[in-house]
Amino acid sequence: MATTAQPTAPSTPKMVTLTIEGRQVTVPEGTSILEAGKRAGILIPHYCYHPGLPVAGVCRMCLVEVEKAPKLAPSCATAAADGQVVHVHSEKARAAREGVLEMLLINHPLDCPICDQAGECELQDYTYQEGPKELHLKDPKRFHPAEDFGGDILYVTNRCILCTRCVRFMDDVAHDTVLNVEERGDRAVIGVFEGKEVTNPWAGNIVDLCPVGALLSKDFLNKARAWEIDRAPSICPGCSQGCNIMLETRDNAVVRLQPRPNDEVNKYFMCDHGRLDYRWIDRTDRVQFPLVRDGQSLVATDWDPAIAAASKAIAGKRIFVAASPNLSNESLFLLSELMRAGNGTGAFTVPTGPEAPLPGVEDLSLRADRAANGRGAETLGFRRSANPLDGMNDGDALIIADCELDGIAPEQLARTGSVVVIGTTFPQIARMASAVLPTANFAEDEGTFTNLRGRVQRFTQARPAPGVARPMWWVLSDLLTATGRTDATFFLASDVFAALGKSHPAFAGMTYDSLGLRGAIMAGAEGAR
Amino acid sequence: MGYPNPVSPQETPVLSQYFGNQETISLDGWRKVGGYAALQKALGMTPAEIVDVVKASGLRGRGGAGFPTGVKWSFMKPGDGRPHYLCCNADESEPGTFKDREIMRWTPHALVEGCAIGSYAIGAETCYIYIRGEFTEPLLRVRQAIKEAYDAGILGANAMGTGKRIDIIVHKGAGAYICGEETALMNSIEGRRGNPRIKPPFPAVSGLFAQPTTINNVETLAAVPHIINRGADWYKSMCLSNPKSTGSKLFSVCGNIARPGNYEVVLGFSFKEFLYDLCGGPPKGRSFKAVIPGGISVPIQTMEEAEATKMDYEGFIEQGSMLGSGGVIVFDDQQSMVKQIARAARFFAHESCAQCTQCREGTAWTTRILERIRDGEGTAEDLDTLLLIADNMTGKTICVLSDSCATPVVSGIKKFRSEFEALIKKTTFHPVTAAVA
Repeated sequence: MATTAQPTAPSTPKMVTLTIEGRQVTVPEGTSILEAGKRAGILIPHYCYHPGLPVAGVCRMCLVEVEKAPKLAPSCATAAADGQVVHVHSEKARAAREGVLEMLLINHPLDCPICDQAGECELQDYTYQEGPKELHLKDPKRFHPAEDFGGDILYVTNRCILCTRCVRFMDDVAHDTVLNVEERGDRAVIGVFEGKEVTNPWAGNIVDLCPVGALLSKDFLNKARAWEIDRAPSICPGCSQGCNIMLETRDNAVVRLQPRPNDEVNKYFMCDHGRLDYRWIDRTDRVQFPLVRDGQSLVATDWDPAIAAASKAIAGKRIFVAASPNLSNESLFLLSELMRAGNGTGAFTVPTGPEAPLPGVEDLSLRADRAANGRGAETLGFRRSANPLDGMNDGDALIIADCELDGIAPEQLARTGSVVVIGTTFPQIARMASAVLPTANFAEDEGTFTNLRGRVQRFTQARPAPGVARPMWWVLSDLLTATGRTDATFFLASDVFAALGKSHPAFAGMTYDSLGLRGAIMAGAEGAR
Repeated sequence: MGYPNPVSPQETPVLSQYFGNQETISLDGWRKVGGYAALQKALGMTPAEIVDVVKASGLRGRGGAGFPTGVKWSFMKPGDGRPHYLCCNADESEPGTFKDREIMRWTPHALVEGCAIGSYAIGAETCYIYIRGEFTEPLLRVRQAIKEAYDAGILGANAMGTGKRIDIIVHKGAGAYICGEETALMNSIEGRRGNPRIKPPFPAVSGLFAQPTTINNVETLAAVPHIINRGADWYKSMCLSNPKSTGSKLFSVCGNIARPGNYEVVLGFSFKEFLYDLCGGPPKGRSFKAVIPGGISVPIQTMEEAEATKMDYEGFIEQGSMLGSGGVIVFDDQQSMVKQIARAARFFAHESCAQCTQCREGTAWTTRILERIRDGEGTAEDLDTLLLIADNMTGKTICVLSDSCATPVVSGIKKFRSEFEALIKKTTFHPVTAAVA
């Protein structure tokens, strides 16, 4: 007879207290000294260790002196124990790490001036911090040519320090055995198994994991130096997973997306689909100025007349909103307020593609839903449909909210009462609009997305919007005010979010401060994972 | 016996008794000289009784580390519900060592019997014999012996009719020195790259296939049937010096010596007598210069040290070296120690598994410098650099291959510094001070 397994209450782990560099720290039993050091605010230098990978203990960089232990201990592979006294910067430990650094440097080409990793290279960092003042090497360095690993990956063999993070990621996280360590001794290099290529949908992570400039992204190659880059915490809009990312720009052009750690969503990783699909952010055919109808043509104007024209176009009509599932909760909320006032409805269409899970991490996948905020749109009362005009009635005022409406001919819209376009681009259909209101895209705005598990997460602004384009929530705030609402004047995205929290139970109690950069689960969606 | 030389009366042939004997290779021949009586006896004892006998005999690991075998076996807890494994380390790759090869060539059933007793004593589900990839003849002999033993019902589901199950599987290595390191050996058996694992966990807790595992050397296991047959006291009585070193031990002798070969003596034997009497001293017209007594990983001894040595675990340490695997490499006065040490370093640089930074880079760097000195291109700082590298390579890595490479370098520079300096001085560059206008 089958019995129902009772979930056992998580037992409190035994805690141990140790001293690292004179600081006491208490950690759960089984924590490594290296991780305990992080909690105490002490970064023990390391290369092969990565919290998202199995421990290898091979670089020997994290050697520390543990009192009463006969030998220096690799802190990544040594468990913290009660009463341990650990010295990270004792003469003995420093000498050992200096030795490791010298060994790593003897065959390293030291070509930092032409290396993509320079400025964000752990070999540089630790060498500056505690490396040898001079190298004793008098012999020529060994040479290996660079290799194309396939996909987006380039392997600059000479820079490799054989930490094996890439091999362990492919084996133990991506479960795709394509990389290996070839040969032995100092002839050893990272190799690709015969007949294979590093084209796994998650392979790009090995570039991030590489602590030096050995594994490079062909896409990012020579695009920017690390110190030229501005970084904004953001959320990947590529699918409904909501991977936390760092959106990186150089002179306001997007040059790279990198994963930003979030234990609850994406650990340390992001997929190549999300990573490499960023060029649209910089598209140059953006609407930069508000346009209003003047007879047969649309003419550029200022914001006030444009808002007035839009308000006039929707006045007295039932409203239908064709929304993009990539709009922020803030924008969708104000759209829903417009909709509600006119007794209207709204719909959105989510583009889809094949799923690609990352097997080594629970509930992390490139989702079939290729949009960031379908869950948010649903929560705020929009209908998910294959037809973006699903539910539109004859005579409705149609608000097109950053939708291209691909496949819908202008004639099909003959039955609308009026058309207002609010968005970043100028779709075909905008030709028949009463007003076109230009908005910022997600890189130029701040706001929140709700991922497929109901986690509400913030993204921040990376750069200014083009022309006089404004965040959509601002445009909608003005439009609502123009229609006579007195409680819809917002000056900050956070104010819109606070209003959303007040009016919608799923967001109750949430503020930007409470979300932080990790996000929080909507009320009612807990336990979804 | 000092196989292939005739046995000397000073030797104590126990394991080497049948070296060169074509009869004892087969099961019938082995049975005629009393083979498998020990296994029969052991299967009538409890595992704990066997462990106690081995403990009492004082038998220590013959692979190099010298850990007491009975104690190692007692770490295994038969009946803990997990499968146990015994691994026989027959990956004899230590340069200068060739004793296990002879055991497997002439008395493969001695090894099979030892493995069977060991398996039973530790409650092992399966015993793996990991044979060095380059050993073709020993591989064939051991495979044949295991086949004979299975056919005769000695191994299998009903071992010797006792209803107990003993299985032995031969695993052929692919030719990596590092696979003789116990955790690399386990990785190799599992089909992984032969890289040593971080300890802890130790093999007795999580070894082969993450289950409790014991690893013993061929010579260690081959000695077990003799101990079961003749008792712990007999074995313990074979001791000429320190009571912690008991029994007979095979020494493989090679290099510049009159009679190279395998010699079996009781531990504590005089190394001077061993070199000059048993092995016949240096080749005619030459004299000994140095000895590496336990395989190339141990420190080099000067002849003064060697001649004062009692051949046991403690005796070699007292005289600046280690017993190691018992691979005695002898150098005469015609040899350049720089060349020999450079050759040793090249071996380690070739065999480093490339995991740990200090070993991967250090072994190769050491080799480059030593070969440069050997070729007369050394510089005055080179010796200091070598010692610095050696210091960085000692006690800081997962396994001891790195330390093993540093050992002959440090002991070589310490004991034969003048040879290094002579080569370096030859090319010392004397800069002429430029006249200042």
